Amino acid sequence: MTIAKPALRIEDRRFLTGQGRYVDDIALPRQCHAAMVLSPHAHADIVSIDTSEAEAMPGVLAVLTGHDVAADGLGSVPPFFMPELWGGPPGYATMRPLLVMDRVRFVGERVAMVIAETADQARSAADAVMVDYAERPAVVDAQAALDPKAPVLWEDCPTGNRSVTLKFGDAEQTAKAFEAAHVVVQRRFVSGRVAPFSLEPRGCIGDYNAGEDHYTLHTSSQDPHGFRRILASLVLNIPEASLRVISPDVGGGFGLKAHMHPEDGLVLWASRRVGRPVKWIATRSEAMQTDTQGRGQTAHAEMALDAAGRILGLRVRAYHNLGAYFWGTATPPLFFSMQLLPGTYVIPAVNLETNAVFTNIAPLSVYRGAGRPEAAFVIERLMDEAASTLRLDPREIRARNYVSPEQMPYANGAGLTYDSGDFPRLANECAELADWDGFAARRVASERAGRLRGRSITSYIEVAGVMNERMEIRFDPSGTLTILAGTHSHGQGHATVFSQLVSEWLSIDMKDIRYVQGDTDKVLIGRGTFAARSSMLGGTALRKAADDLILKASKMAAVLLKVEESDIEFADGLFRTRNSNQTISLKEVARFFYLPAGPVMRFSLGLYGEGTSAGKPGAQPNFPNGCQVCEVEVTPETGEIHIDRFICVDDVGRALNPMICEGQIHGGCAQGIGQALCEEMVYDESGQLTTGSLMDYCLPRAEHMPFIQSKLIEIPSATNVLGVKGIGESGTIGTPAAIVNAILDAVRPLGVTDLQMPVTAGRLWDAIHSAASQRDEMKGRQS
Amino acid sequence: MSDIELSINGKSVRRAVEDHQLLVSFLREDLGLTGTHVGCDTTQCGACVVSVDGDTVKSCTMLAVQAHGKAVTTIEGVSNGVTLHAVQDAFHRHHALQCGYCTAGLVITAIDLIEREGSRLTRETVAHALKGNLCRCTGYQNIITAILDAAGCLSAPEQVA
Repeated sequence: MTIAKPALRIEDRRFLTGQGRYVDDIALPRQCHAAMVLSPHAHADIVSIDTSEAEAMPGVLAVLTGHDVAADGLGSVPPFFMPELWGGPPGYATMRPLLVMDRVRFVGERVAMVIAETADQARSAADAVMVDYAERPAVVDAQAALDPKAPVLWEDCPTGNRSVTLKFGDAEQTAKAFEAAHVVVQRRFVSGRVAPFSLEPRGCIGDYNAGEDHYTLHTSSQDPHGFRRILASLVLNIPEASLRVISPDVGGGFGLKAHMHPEDGLVLWASRRVGRPVKWIATRSEAMQTDTQGRGQTAHAEMALDAAGRILGLRVRAYHNLGAYFWGTATPPLFFSMQLLPGTYVIPAVNLETNAVFTNIAPLSVYRGAGRPEAAFVIERLMDEAASTLRLDPREIRARNYVSPEQMPYANGAGLTYDSGDFPRLANECAELADWDGFAARRVASERAGRLRGRSITSYIEVAGVMNERMEIRFDPSGTLTILAGTHSHGQGHATVFSQLVSEWLSIDMKDIRYVQGDTDKVLIGRGTFAARSSMLGGTALRKAADDLILKASKMAAVLLKVEESDIEFADGLFRTRNSNQTISLKEVARFFYLPAGPVMRFSLGLYGEGTSAGKPGAQPNFPNGCQVCEVEVTPETGEIHIDRFICVDDVGRALNPMICEGQIHGGCAQGIGQALCEEMVYDESGQLTTGSLMDYCLPRAEHMPFIQSKLIEIPSATNVLGVKGIGESGTIGTPAAIVNAILDAVRPLGVTDLQMPVTAGRLWDAIHSAASQRDEMKGRQS
Repeated sequence: MSDIELSINGKSVRRAVEDHQLLVSFLREDLGLTGTHVGCDTTQCGACVVSVDGDTVKSCTMLAVQAHGKAVTTIEGVSNGVTLHAVQDAFHRHHALQCGYCTAGLVITAIDLIEREGSRLTRETVAHALKGNLCRCTGYQNIITAILDAAGCLSAPEQVA
């Protein structure tokens, strides 16, 4: 038995010994190097580009501009998909060229590319490309961009800077709910732009083989087949068979690498132009300017409640800052930030709307959580505001509103139907682990030490399992087998987890299983990995592949055992006849599929199984959920915040590998803590990025992290045969609200009633002091 | 160009390098030791940490010529290739790595930390010592546990007090 065990990872050894193979570790014969010329302006017309000085520099092989892109007929890139595909209204989709020709719309826009013998030479020459710009006014804030006087980014967009508006719920019913309210709480919530920041920067190598008229792209990708589709059919205008995409070891994705970036197309094209492999690796400062970012939502939210603290209605109007393009997978955060707003609560009436708006900053796309953390932040912050207004315990107000297990399946009014979950139980277990009742004593102890203690209890719910998937299992003649995965692990431990499954189902030793992913020449098709989809969709497809393989092998087994196929059973790696003790192992049967003659003549040569699975839209996803209790201490004189305890109770459905589940939770929480306390991509009014390096952008360090106490609860999902729920994003979703609510609980007695993320020590100190001066002012007026 | 002679993972190496070449690019590009990674170019992330004469050094901040006459150990030289070093083994047992990109720098840093501090390490002192190493995947918790275990400092299962 290997499933549900904390099996150690089989992929660890190569990483621990320096044998991992990331894109920058690949050096192809005769490879040369690319460097990009980036726009220093947020919004400007390109008047002219002078490449002559750069072309004359040592080692330079080519300097290419947007005019060359157009002259060679390279296609522009639309978003990966628009909201319309998920049942939303049509919106304005941008078509983004690999290099812009006439106008830049954000700092970091790719204007030209230099190819040289070395990366240093390419960068030096990129600095020597002279671009003459005529600056235009820029707009960086989504709501400001909707002002009729705001600069317009796309003149042919019929709705100004607004690409699309998504609406959910029932406006009329919600208006009635608000009329009947005993109390209404409202706030403006900002989930600012944050950087996915994979530690491995983006990078790629394009390799055009003129002899075969064939391209190969080595790229750091979460979804090699998705990259191939866009690059082959839309950019290069070639059959997909003419492009092989290889995604080797990938040093973190977090959504950043879920979709192609201009450089992926540029290196392929440049390789054809110069007749050599072309490598491009982002410097960190380049990554900060050019990578897609996550979140970027401002929400005006109000909640109506009755006198007993039961929610009557929820109204949210939000603005998503798309940046300069509708790019990559920007659609999911628009949906999930709205559809998960009801969270784990019964809300009889909702009226939800978000507007996706163009501005002069880097494009928005998915970042771990993709809309779900924004939703959890809004609903969980509102719950605490409601509790405070009604003088209810935050745990009690939630208990009065949870969807109960008896209500499952539960339609949440925003288009999602939760299949399973026991939110009250999770909250109780979490509170117990956190010693909820011991808080008062701990608060007194903190006060004696001059610190303020606050706490929070928050719930989150996630929707996991988008799109379909395919997995394949191939035996080889020696009885070992290979999993060919359509999913893509970049830290999630798929080689281990999928091997555990196959090992148990087929009774094959883990060491006899090889795992292959990330190569479009080896894997027929796949969707890659993002949005916590792989356990359900990869796992279900793998189960079907195993069943397919067993079915094929049982026909051969029947021949070998000289019985009818219907007389054959498979268990524990053996085919057995029902009415006798005759057995033959799967491994032995597999061997017969590879013989040059004999019974194999009646079957296919070779033994393999394939399976597919289906997710949202079209099939039911799963709904991971959980509860977090957080306690913080605040030093009022400095604004310093210390997370004293952090408890996570997560319903992961069936846990395939608890160790890996908890690792995902830790990492997700770290990113949630980063967003809550220190991370934010900040642009000034002119659209200049002011957080362009690790000096200004604060990635959480080890010292930021509390010790996370995690407990897994296994309430099987009803939507897939394995009963699994996703775990990849869970930690990021509830954590920002958990942290901010706990801090607010600590400082509320000082008169602080709201805090925007990231809650840095400086920001908290400001809030404490402005609350104090307001108090003094009030006192002054009264006296 | 300058000629440099140094020890890399116990073997003597003699090469001509550009004066401005960084140690990390010498290791990765000239010697093919790609286990040392670059994550930030600005001496903050720690993915490029190697050991130079027993000190941990961010190899993106040292010139190759400065390593002349010195002994450099990279992740490739940490174990004999058959048996994992105790720190590597602890990282494996405690699931202290996910994507693996920061792992080399962390293992080298941890070995040095344990040599210096030995059995005095606590969660707090390890967290403090990892200031110069960024990991985006693990949340550091299992890394700290692994280092404490390798140092023989892991107490009974940690609970919330």
